[in-house]
Amino acid sequence: MPAMLRNLAQRLGMMAHSFDGGIHPAQHKISAALASEPCPLSPIHILPMKMHIGAPCTSLVAVGDYVLRGQKIAKSEGYVSVPVHAPTSGRVVRIEEYAIPHPSGMGIPSIFIESDGDDAADDSIEPISDWRGMDPALLRERARMCGLAGLGGAVFPTFIKLVQDSRFPIETVVLNGIECEPWLTNDHRLMVEYADEILTGLAIIMHMVKTDSAIIAIEDNKPDAAKAIQLALDARDDLDDVRVVVLPTRYPQGSEKQLIYSLTGREVPAGKLPMHVGVLCQNVGTTRALYQAVVLGQPLTERMVSVSGDAMPRPANLRVRIGTPMRYVFARQGLEDFDGVRILHGGPMMGELLRHPDVPVVKSTNGMLAMREASFMSAHTQEQACIRCGHCSEACPAGLVPNLLADQCRSDQFDKAESYNLFDCIECGACSYVCPSNIPLVHYFRYGKGQIAQQRREKGFAEASRVRSEARDMRIEQEKQARAARRSSVRKTHPPKVEAESAPASEPAESSKMEQESKD
Amino acid sequence: MTGLFYALLSLGGFALLAGVVLAIAQQVFHVEGDPMVDKVDNLLPQTQCGQCGYPGCKPYATAVAALEAEVNHCVPGGERTMLAIADLMGVEPKAVEQEAAAPMLAFVREDECIGCTLCIKACPVDAIIGAPKQYHTILADHCTGCELCVEPCPVDCIDMLVKPELIEHWSWPLPKTRRSQLGHERREHHAGHA
Repeated sequence: MPAMLRNLAQRLGMMAHSFDGGIHPAQHKISAALASEPCPLSPIHILPMKMHIGAPCTSLVAVGDYVLRGQKIAKSEGYVSVPVHAPTSGRVVRIEEYAIPHPSGMGIPSIFIESDGDDAADDSIEPISDWRGMDPALLRERARMCGLAGLGGAVFPTFIKLVQDSRFPIETVVLNGIECEPWLTNDHRLMVEYADEILTGLAIIMHMVKTDSAIIAIEDNKPDAAKAIQLALDARDDLDDVRVVVLPTRYPQGSEKQLIYSLTGREVPAGKLPMHVGVLCQNVGTTRALYQAVVLGQPLTERMVSVSGDAMPRPANLRVRIGTPMRYVFARQGLEDFDGVRILHGGPMMGELLRHPDVPVVKSTNGMLAMREASFMSAHTQEQACIRCGHCSEACPAGLVPNLLADQCRSDQFDKAESYNLFDCIECGACSYVCPSNIPLVHYFRYGKGQIAQQRREKGFAEASRVRSEARDMRIEQEKQARAARRSSVRKTHPPKVEAESAPASEPAESSKMEQESKD
Repeated sequence: MTGLFYALLSLGGFALLAGVVLAIAQQVFHVEGDPMVDKVDNLLPQTQCGQCGYPGCKPYATAVAALEAEVNHCVPGGERTMLAIADLMGVEPKAVEQEAAAPMLAFVREDECIGCTLCIKACPVDAIIGAPKQYHTILADHCTGCELCVEPCPVDCIDMLVKPELIEHWSWPLPKTRRSQLGHERREHHAGHA
């Protein structure tokens, strides 16, 4: 009932909108007050051929080549893809498969660059100071060629979202400075230290999608960030219709669809994009990277990373070159012995547990957490029976029924799980967090989603094979008929002397039938 | 007398009407062939490997639909396909005779290939390209791993390789909790007994 009352009040405008569900995990933002520092250049950088969602890139360099910082070293193949750039100057020493931050521990082809220490930059990309007078399409191309992908963690190629579609005009740009994951503070520091650059980036985005209105969303656990952004905003003479909105802290507020609902009351339908409700959502880090790409002409070669965790001797917010080995970054912060330490890529709620620190920092690395094994406990190996308390349904921000879905995934009833909208799950982990029976709900959903994806892939492959096999059968049949027709026409002009009277062979249909009979 | 007349008239009229409706329905909803064949064919993995003893997936589907073949002959499909077919046909599941092997891929060692085109003719899905006296090569994206090209090759230059696992195709395993494993064991137990 209270939920219904709240919905009604929100619709009537008596109450601010707020997404359903959510949790309040302990914040642990121990690195929030630490000013960002540059991470020194590592002797080697490892650039995987794919750091975004979409098609992998192909290498443009060979072993032994000398590259400059910002030089394009791999080109994108396909539309949903962005190129890779050298993070510093140096020589390409190897191109081979190397592990990436991925739960499978598997690797992909990567380019190894040994830095020469000069850090000489490639200045072939012109800075654009007069971006206001530029065609948005050119700026969009700039975002693509500078390798921009969503730095909040999803790494979706940014240029794809920065488009004017006459069917879906963007009314509001939402700048996502929520950072609801515990421990992570990288967006927080960016907003405090680079507020003006972020606002310029926002102005570029607003110019590109032709809108005057924007909302900068920040959670109330970062008052200094909200203040810094507000001060920078007041100092500017543009961006009149831009509001800073401070939202009460709740996880997963930073999730795109949930945030848009909290701010505008618009619900992004399942399977649709924010663009379909007239909203464009960008992370603050991506927005600053866009500023650097346009105004400074710098491709994406560096990002802010929160290095934290309860096993981290010196937590920090580091500006790390992409491709820097994580072991090197950890060593700089005083962590060299990984015994009894677990490493997380990203935050504790949605991040990935890594098997070892021998992976590079990639575009999606918003945090690197070193956690003591003891703080993981063994909670999820002691799964108990579901007691139907319903806490998971209350916590689910997507309005699903997690306990039901988990039962379906566990018992391989995938079509049923799909009909209960398994694919609307954003894998935020709120349900697993609240479950008193320690059921690893999200893991079941991931398992189910993976199995469904595999079944779809197999189905697609089988379908393609069937089409090919049927086409082949048809071709063989046609060839056979063509041969028979040719034979019969030859026989008409040169009738065989011996069986001239027994085989008239005038109609091709008859002759082919005959041939089949003779074959049988 | 009139009662009998009315009864005859109404029943006869109804029979006539039903006859007309059925006759029209037969024309309008006429189905070519056996729809069951397509449904079974849809469940098969379409490797066209012939390991079931039929010359391809469609012939096996036809035989299953006609109740001439058992449901457990598809080797690459494995237990899941067998269960799906048994469910569709409404028959008792039968244990699969052979464990499904890991998905394979044929590979031509090109420097040994003599360009005889025999494998091209054998490939059921047209996944081999080449011409007489030219190296042949196999399109990895289309190869179903049926092994039909291995036997005709006169110089034995075709290898069957395990299909490489791609990171894009990796998926999360079932969580390793006692309950999830228990459920899995129970399911397998049921499948084995059925």
